[in-house]
Amino acid sequence: MATPFTIMAVILTVIIFIPLYRVVKGPTLWDRMLGAGAIGSKTMVLICIIGVLYDRMDMFVDIALAYAALNFISVIAIARYLNTARPKNG
Amino acid sequence: MADIQDIIAVIMVSAGAFFMLIGGIGIIRLPDFFARTHAIGKNDTLGIMLILGGLAVHVGFSLISVKLVIALLFVGLTNPTASHALAQSAIVSGLKPWFRGDEPDSGGEA
Repeated sequence: MATPFTIMAVILTVIIFIPLYRVVKGPTLWDRMLGAGAIGSKTMVLICIIGVLYDRMDMFVDIALAYAALNFISVIAIARYLNTARPKNG
Repeated sequence: MADIQDIIAVIMVSAGAFFMLIGGIGIIRLPDFFARTHAIGKNDTLGIMLILGGLAVHVGFSLISVKLVIALLFVGLTNPTASHALAQSAIVSGLKPWFRGDEPDSGGEA
């Protein structure tokens, strides 16, 4: 039964690399932060699927919850930090 | 019973991976930061919620599935909130939205 979840873990690992393009190339600062947040939330899902593969869901679900909370707090903190009008932004 | 459970779980996880792939294509192809927040705030959220729901169906009713449902609701609340906070920060800082006929990413120099 672990085979479809193994395939899904590999597919998700490939999908996680797609927003990295926006993080590297994004023209504005907010594009990079959006891509970083997308990578974080997808990584949280990948942690849950790895928990199914290792048959240790009780441990990995807690790790995923903490990861999701940290990701959300970091994105909100950076959005609040950038929330000021500046003459030039890069 | 277990067969039906596994079939539903695999279908939900596959649908979630499909929606996350569409969101990844959207974050590359869309022309503007405010358009890209749609791909992350709506499409990715649906994909993540489908995958976590599929895993909750897979493990059955226990403390783990309750935690998975809590994580699902948390992501469903926080992912659009993060996208909205970033979009509000961008428009307060003076980033111009893209209009039809402009060059893609033309608002970056505002």
